[in-house]
Amino acid sequence: MSERERAASIEVEGLVKQFKKGPRAVDGIDLHVEPGEIYGFLGPNGAGKSTTVLMLTTLLPPTAGSARVAGWDVAREGARVRESIGAALQEAALDPFLTAREHMRLQTALHGVPKSERVRLGDELIERVGLAEAADRKVKGYSGGMKRRLDLALSLVHGPRILFLDEPTTGLDPQSRASLWEEVERLAREDGVTVFLTTQYLEEADQLANRVGIIDRGQIVAEGTPAALKAQIGEPSLEAVPAEPEQRDAMAAVLAPFASDGDCVHHERGSVGVRLRGGDAALAEVVRALDAADVAVTSLQLHAPTLDDVFLAKTGRSLEGSGDGDGDGEDLDGDRPDGAAARPAGAPA
Amino acid sequence: MSARSRSVALGVAWRGLHNFFGNPSLVIPAVMFPLFFFAAFAGGLSNVANVPGFDFPEGYTTFQFVFVLIQASAFGGVFTGFAIARDFESGVGRRMLLAAPNRRALLGGYALVAAGRTVFVWALLTALGLLVGVEIAGGVAQVVGMYALAMLMTLTALLWAAGIALRFRSLQAGPLMQTPVFLIIFIAPVYVPLNLLTGWVHAAATVNPITAVLTAARDLIAGVPADVALAFGAALAMLAFFAVWALRGLRRAEAAGG
Amino acid sequence: MSARARTQVPELARRSFVRTVRQPAQVVPAITFPLFLFAINAAGLDSAAELPGFPAPDYLTFILAVPFLQAGLFAVAGLGADLARDIETGFLDRLSLTPLSRSGLVSGQMAGTIALGVVQAVVFLTIGLAAGASFDTGAAGVAVLILLEIAIVFAFGLIGITAAFRFGNGEAVQGLFPVLFIFLFLSTMALPADLIEQDWFRTVATYNPVSYLFDGVRSLFYGGWDPAALAGAFGVAAGISAVFLPLAVRALNARVVRT
Ligand SMILES: Nc1ncnc2c1ncn2[C@@H]1O[C@H](COP(=O)(O)OP(=O)(O)O)[C@@H](O)[C@H]1O
Ligand SMILES: [Mg+2]
Repeated sequence: MSERERAASIEVEGLVKQFKKGPRAVDGIDLHVEPGEIYGFLGPNGAGKSTTVLMLTTLLPPTAGSARVAGWDVAREGARVRESIGAALQEAALDPFLTAREHMRLQTALHGVPKSERVRLGDELIERVGLAEAADRKVKGYSGGMKRRLDLALSLVHGPRILFLDEPTTGLDPQSRASLWEEVERLAREDGVTVFLTTQYLEEADQLANRVGIIDRGQIVAEGTPAALKAQIGEPSLEAVPAEPEQRDAMAAVLAPFASDGDCVHHERGSVGVRLRGGDAALAEVVRALDAADVAVTSLQLHAPTLDDVFLAKTGRSLEGSGDGDGDGEDLDGDRPDGAAARPAGAPA
Repeated sequence: MSARSRSVALGVAWRGLHNFFGNPSLVIPAVMFPLFFFAAFAGGLSNVANVPGFDFPEGYTTFQFVFVLIQASAFGGVFTGFAIARDFESGVGRRMLLAAPNRRALLGGYALVAAGRTVFVWALLTALGLLVGVEIAGGVAQVVGMYALAMLMTLTALLWAAGIALRFRSLQAGPLMQTPVFLIIFIAPVYVPLNLLTGWVHAAATVNPITAVLTAARDLIAGVPADVALAFGAALAMLAFFAVWALRGLRRAEAAGG
Repeated sequence: MSARARTQVPELARRSFVRTVRQPAQVVPAITFPLFLFAINAAGLDSAAELPGFPAPDYLTFILAVPFLQAGLFAVAGLGADLARDIETGFLDRLSLTPLSRSGLVSGQMAGTIALGVVQAVVFLTIGLAAGASFDTGAAGVAVLILLEIAIVFAFGLIGITAAFRFGNGEAVQGLFPVLFIFLFLSTMALPADLIEQDWFRTVATYNPVSYLFDGVRSLFYGGWDPAALAGAFGVAAGISAVFLPLAVRALNARVVRT
C-alpha cells in the first residue's frame, strides 16, 4: 500500500460507544473505507451515525474497539488524525455574527495557513462553494443551504484527504441538496478526497455513495454497493392503496399469502406493502385475489428494490419513521437531543 | 360586568396564579429581589439617616421599607406583563381572544393575577419588615392607604407592560417593559427625602408622579399624612392613562389576530 | 506562547470581540446600565458625603468605583454566554478539530473579553471625570486602574468559563448572575465599612472580597497612593483566579474530550 493511499483510508474494528448514562449508541461496528471512495453511512435517527463520526473525528473517545483514520489511531494519535481530516458536523456550526470571509480568516489562522496565503485561499474556497456574493454578509442571514456550503468550505482549508460529513443535506431543499451533492462528487472525483457521509435519505446514499453501510441501533446491518445491496433483495415490492381506508386490514389479509416473507407492511400514507414472491408475474394473480375478496383498489404500484427495502429486510422496519432506535419515530429532527452538552460529561476521558 | 366576563376574568386569573405559584423559577426571584433590596438598602445605608436634614421620623429601615414595597408592587405588575407576552407568544393569548366575548375581561383577569402576586410579596416583605424593626406609627386607615397606593402602582405598571406585551406579543419585549419602570422609580427620593436631593435628580424627582406616591406612602406609615390627595390623584391619573394605552394594545392584538 | 498560538489567540480574541460588539443588545446595556446607576446613585446619595468621616471628596467620586466592578459581572455573563452558545451550536467542535490547544481556546476568548473590559473602563473613567469626579493619582493611576480592571475581568471571567464548560447552556450561566449581584450589593459598594451602622451588614461587607476590590479601585481616585488597598484588590483578584483557574481547567477537560 502506498503512503498516499494509506493516508486516505478508514479502518474500524469493533468500535463501541457506551454512554455512561445512556444507550450503547455504537455497538461494535467494523468498516473499511477505501481511499477516494464516497462511503454512505445510512440509518434512521438515533442509529448511532453521529456518535460514530464523533469518534472517528477524535472528538469523542471510544469505549472499546479501534479505528484508524488516515493510518492514525483515533484514540492515541488524535492530533495526527485531525491534521488529515476535514469535518462538517451536523447542524452547520457557524457564528451568526461573523461573515463568511471572517469565518475563513479564523479557520485559516487556526490551521496555521501562512499569513500571505490566508486571504487568497479563503476567497478561493468561498468562490468554489458559490458564496462569493454573500462573502461579506453575516451568516445570520444565510439560508440553510448557504450555511452547509460554508461549513463544507471551512472544512477544506487545510487540504484534508478525508472528509466527514454528518447529514450534510438534512433540512435542505432539493436544489441546495443537488448542488451540495455535486460539490461532494467533485471533491472525490477530482481531488481524490475520501468522503465518509452520513444520511437518513436512501436516495442520497443511493446516488452519491460508492458503497453504503446501513446502521441500525448501533450495528451495521448491511454493507455493499447500492446495486449489490438491492440485488440481494431481488424481488420487487408491491404497494397497494385500498379505495376504502377501512379495508386496509382486509387487503392485508389478501396480500399476505403473496409475500415472500409472509409479512405485510402498513405504510403511514395508508397503503399496504408486500415483497412480492414471484416478482412481476404474480401481479395478475394479486389483482384477481383482491377482486374475489371485494377489495376495491385505487392504486397498485410495483417498486424495484430500494435501499429502504434492504433496511426493511434486515430490520423488519421501514427506514422512514423508525427514529431513535425504538421505532417510535419521535424526535425526527432533534438528533443529539440532549445537545452536545451532555456528551463529554457522560464520556470517559 | 356580565357573568360571562366575570368567568373569563376569573379563568385567566386562576390560570395565571396557578402558573406563578406552581413555578419556583418565577416565585423565587419575585420574592427574593424585594427582600434583597430591602436588606441591602435598609442594612447598608442606615447611616444616611444621620445626614443633616434627614427628617423622616420613623427611621431609615421604615423609610426604605416603603420604597421597596412600592418598587416590588410595580414589578409585580411588570412581571405579569411578561406572562401576557409569553401567553401571546405561545398562542394561548389568541385562544383566549377567541373565547372571550368581552376581551377587556382578559385584562381584568391579568390584573387579578398581578394583584394576587403582589399581595403575596407584600405579606412576606411586611413580615420581614416587622421582624427587623419597621415602625408603623400610622393608624389602620393610613396603613390601608399606603397599601392602596402600592396596589395602584401594581395596576399601573401592569397596564403599561400589558400595552407593550399586546403590541409586541413576544417575550423579547421584556426589557422594554422593565427598563422604563426601573428608571422612573429610581428617579425619585429613593435613598433620602426630596429636600436632600440636589441637581438634576432633584429637578426630575420633583415632577415625577412616583415621588408624590412614594412620599405620601411614607407619610402614611409615619402617621403624618400630607399631600395624600395629590398622591392618589397622581396614581389614578397614571392608571387612567395606561388603561387607555393597554386597551389600545388589546385592539392591536385583536387586529393582528392574536 | 508557541508561534502557532501567537496567531491563533489574537484571531480568536478578535472574533470574540467582534461578535460581542456586533450585538448592540449585549453591549449597550453593559455600558449604559452601570452609567445610569452611577448617575442615579451619585445624585440620589449626594448628601451622604456630609456624613462625618466620609472619606471621599464627594459621593460621585466614591460611587464611580461601581461601574468598574459591574464590568467584571459583565465579563462573567458575556464570556459565559458566548462559550455556552459555542457549545450548544457545535462551534466548539469546529474549533476542537483545528490544531488549537485547550489553553489557546480559553486564552483567545478571555483576551477578547479583557479587551472589552478595557474599553468599558476607559468609557467609565472618561465619563466619571467629565462629571466632576476627582482622580488623585494621575497618569500612573490610570495605568494601574486599567491593570486592576484587567485583573478583575480575568478573575470574574474565569468564573464565567467554569460555569459555561460545567453547565454547557446559556440559561444556567445566566443563573449565576443574581448570586454575583448579591456579592456586589453586600459590600462597601454604597458606603465605606466604618460608616455602615448595621452590625451584620458591616461584618458581611468587611469580609466580602468584593469590598477589597472597591477599596483598591477607590484608592486611585482619592486619598493618594495606598499600596495596602491596591495589594488587597490585586490579591483578591489573584485569589479568585487561583480558585477558579483549576476549576475552569477541570470543566474544560471534561467538556472537550478530544483524544
Ligand atoms: N451525549 C450523549 N449521552 C447519552 N446518549 C447519547 C448522547 N449522544 C447521543 N446519544 C444517544 O445515542 C444514540 C445514537 O445517537 P446518534 O449517534 O446521535 O444517532 P444518529 O446520528 O444516527 O441520529 C441515540 O439514542 C442518542 O439518544
Ligand atoms: Mg446524527
